[in-house]
Order: sequence, then C-alpha cells, then structure tokens
Amino acid sequence: MTGWLGPEEWAAVALSLRVAFWATLCTLPLGILTAHALARWRFPGKHLLNGIVHLPLILPPVVTGYLLLMTFGTRAPVGAALQELGIFLAFRWTGAALAAGIMAFPLMVRAIRLSIEAVDPRLEQAAATLGAPRAWVWATITLPLILPGILAGAILAFAKAMGEFGATITFVSNIPGQTQTLPSAIYAFLQVPGGESAALRLVAVSVAVAMAALILSEVLARRIAARVGGA
Amino acid sequence: MTLSVRLHHAFAALTLDIAFDAPPGVTVLFGRSGSGKTSVADAVAGLLRPQSGRIAIGDRVLCDTQKGIWVPPHRRRLGYIFQQPRLFPHLSVRQNLTYGARFAPPDSPGPTLDAVVAMLGIEALLPRRPGALSGGEAARVAIGRALLSHPALILADEPLASLDAPRKAEILPYFEQLRDHSPVPVLYVSHSVTEVARLATTVVVLENGRVVRQGPADAVLADPQVTPLGAGEAGAMISATVRAHHDDGLSELSVGGLRLLVPRVSPAPGETLRLRIAAQDVMLATVRPEGVSALNIWPAVVTGIRLGEGPGALVQIEAGEARLLARITRRSVRALNLAEGTPVYAVLKAVSVARGGVPAR
Repeated sequence: MTGWLGPEEWAAVALSLRVAFWATLCTLPLGILTAHALARWRFPGKHLLNGIVHLPLILPPVVTGYLLLMTFGTRAPVGAALQELGIFLAFRWTGAALAAGIMAFPLMVRAIRLSIEAVDPRLEQAAATLGAPRAWVWATITLPLILPGILAGAILAFAKAMGEFGATITFVSNIPGQTQTLPSAIYAFLQVPGGESAALRLVAVSVAVAMAALILSEVLARRIAARVGGA
Repeated sequence: MTLSVRLHHAFAALTLDIAFDAPPGVTVLFGRSGSGKTSVADAVAGLLRPQSGRIAIGDRVLCDTQKGIWVPPHRRRLGYIFQQPRLFPHLSVRQNLTYGARFAPPDSPGPTLDAVVAMLGIEALLPRRPGALSGGEAARVAIGRALLSHPALILADEPLASLDAPRKAEILPYFEQLRDHSPVPVLYVSHSVTEVARLATTVVVLENGRVVRQGPADAVLADPQVTPLGAGEAGAMISATVRAHHDDGLSELSVGGLRLLVPRVSPAPGETLRLRIAAQDVMLATVRPEGVSALNIWPAVVTGIRLGEGPGALVQIEAGEARLLARITRRSVRALNLAEGTPVYAVLKAVSVARGGVPAR
C-alpha cells in the first residue's frame, strides 16, 4: 500500500482513519445517551437539546469550524483551560477528531434514536415485572434490540467523519502529516499543478473505504437482525 | 395471602375508584372493555402509579400514597402474564423462561424449570426463538416465564384474548391447574363469562372504573343485578357431583340432591365439576310441565327479580342449594304472577360443562 501511495498520501489516509475512529468511538456513548434521552425521557429543554444536536447538520461547516476555533482555540477560554490540563485541540489531529465527531453526531443520534423508538417499551415492562432492575433491563433487553441501530449510527458517523472537510480545515487547518485528512489532502493536491494523479489515488481510497464500511455494516446488521428476530 | 387493593386514579376518559380484596385462589376482575380492569392490574404490578391508594399482599405493602410507599415493579415479585405474550425476541425460549429466575430470592418457593416445562409441554420449544412460535405456544411460554420468577402473586391480563377458540381451550386448563395446585393467588382480568365460570373462586365486577359487586363466584354470577355484559350473557355457576354414566351417552349428576342429566362428562363417578347454566337456557313454569323434551326439571323458589329496561327480565331462583338465573320476558313475569317466594319449576334446556375440577377452596 505504501508503495502505491506516496508518504504524504499515506499519512493523510492513516490520519483520516485515526480521526474517524476516535471521533466515532468517543461520541458513541454520548450519542446513545442523547438518543435515549430524546426518545424516552421527558424533560424541560428537550426541544432545545434536539435543536443543538441537529445544529451541525444545518449550519455551514465553516461556521461550525469557526465556532470551534472561538471556543477551543489556543487563546479561547475553554481551549486555554484545556491546555493547562495538557489537552491540545486547535491545529492538532485531536481537534480534527473533535470537529469530525461534532459534525457526525446528529447522524449517529438520529439512527440510534430511531432504533430506540422502535423498541416496544412493553418488553422492558415485562422484564421489570420479572424482577430485573432498570440497568439490567437496559443491558439485556434494550441494548441487544437497538444494536443494529447503534451499528448503523456508528458506521454513518465514521463515514461522515472520514469525509468531514469544512469544519476540520477551519478549525485545525491543513498541515500535512498533522491535520491533513483525506479530503483536505485531495483539496490540496488539486490546488497544485500535476497533483491530479495523487488526488485520484486518494479518491480511489475514499471510495474503497466507503464501500467497505457499507458492506461491513450490511453484513453485521444482517447477522444481528437474525439473532434478534430469531426467524 | 390476600391481595388488598384500594386505589383512585383519574384518567382523561375514566376515573378509577377501586376497592377489593382478593383471597387465595383465582380472583377474576370481570367487566367489559374500558371498565378499567387492565389499569387495576397495572397498578398492582407497579406499571401505573395511582394518584392515591394502598395496595398490599398480606402485610407486604406495595404502594401507600399516604405514607409515601412505592415499591418499583422489579421488587414486587409478581408474575404478570400479559394480553400479548411479550416474549423477548432476541432470547431463546429457555432464556425467556429463566429470565426472572436470577432475581427470585434463593429460598423462594416455586416450581423448577423442569416442572414448568413438563406441565406446559414446551420441552421441544426450548431452543427456539419466540418468532418461530405459534400463538398458543407463545402463550404457554409466557405463563411459564411468569411462574419461574417465583412470584408471590400472579397477574393475568386477558391472557387468552388474542387466541382463537381452540387455542383458548388449550391454555385454559393450565390456569385451572394453577388455581388447584399452586398456593400463589391469581388475579385474572377477563371479560369472558366462560373464563369466569371456569376459573373464578372470587369475582370482582367492574363497571366504569368502579367495583359494583364482589364475592364468591357462584354468588356473584347468580345475582340478577350483576350483568356487566348484558342480560344475554348472564348465567349461574354451580358445582355438581358425578353420580353415574349411562349407556345412552348421558351422565347423571347431582346438584345438592337434585338430579341433572347432561351429555357425557369425563370425570369419574364421585368427582365434582363446575357447570355453567346460562340464564337464557332456563325456562320457568308455575305448574310441573308434562310432555316436554327437556330432561331436567327442578322445583325451585323465586328469590329475586330484576326487570330490564327492554322487554326482558332476569329471575333468580333457588333449587335445593343451587342458585340459578332465568332470562324471561317482563310479560311472562306478569302473566305467571312471579314474585319473591313464588314456587316454580325450572326447565333447563342446556347445560355447559366447565371441564376440569372445581377449585379446592
């Protein structure tokens, strides 16, 4: 693979995979919790939370990136406080993961929320009458039943994170080897004369990764559906 | 152990105002759809939090709004058999059956998995998924799952309502077994007279969220004032002892000394069984009828009359120790000059036999 891709191209692919992986993994617990809250709980400010969750889907990505920079930038209050703790976000790959995670969050929450809404709460009631405490009911009834939704949400989020461009380039710029993700690299190669072939190779990688993710999710979803449906 | 229920809860369309006690045996909450039966069961299970009330099993208080006591559903130790089986689709039948077992206190009395599987005849289903079960099979697994959580009380909310007639006939005997062989009290929600007649030791009649009558099944069913489903469904329930089986396909029964001939029943001579005699299958005469085809004619005394709003009337009669209901017209009540204490002859046109034994209690 390294022979086929140049070192700079390979770095972009590896960085994108790393960014998308961590973005998905770190947002997943929060995504499940948010989806559960939106699907099942009643609380004041639910509409507001729903709006905030979906905001990155509506806002221009550049705006999201700029808001991130204003919040987590080196001179911004939150960013400065995090630096005290040794957490650096702006112009680092971690910042790219944050941007990708935020941009992918609405898609993840939507998929998981739909699957939670599809679970019959009467099954959870039945489990409770059999003596199961709430956490046990969630782990043994709810979670297995929404697993396909969680998986679909994670794959969607991963794909979105792989392709995130606007917010990423605004927040962490386009530093080769550090913050240059796959889309940023394609964009950069297209800006210089003779970069088309490198860009084309990266496009091929993008397509391959997307296809692999889709096929993987399809296979896993089918396996889980068979396990859950019992047919 | 007695279940005691007092509760008040206002829904948009219905206000529940309930007070009843369920002694050991099967207590049937009886009423038409929308009378609040399921809400009462949900409150007992802890799935509905009543606005005010007190629910207790023996001296174990599950809910007391005045004292602020609220035991969550999973600590109530109730086996709830729902209208739909509500089996967990991602677990095998065996896993469904044993789901509640781990939460039962180790010393709690109750049947073993093997005993339940044998009783319900579901051995072959154990490795299957609920999706691959028929309606009757799923209903049996749901019963087994509730039993195996070793509950202190069994709740059944119209567990037969979603089944067709043959499946109902298949499942009903399991509830009769529960009633006769399990020490655990059962609260059974139903709008079916057949189920009441076959299962109930105690009946609590609900109408529009209120208890209109409660008491032993035979007394409540023979009360002409209690017709939650209309007079057309009214009918008494009596116990009879088998005397003999005759060669012509009839069985001779004794009801408190009165002879009753019915198509052949399965219990052996000496055994007892429950019978249901629908009010519309009982004719009344003031003189002993001669030359009629009906085999069973009993001397009786009128003990109560309820004139309906239409042309009909329900007459309660006492024949020996048995109380029956007869559905006749108001015109006949006048023509025969019926009143409390009038001696009559009851002509029984048909008798439906509730298979299985009478409750021991």
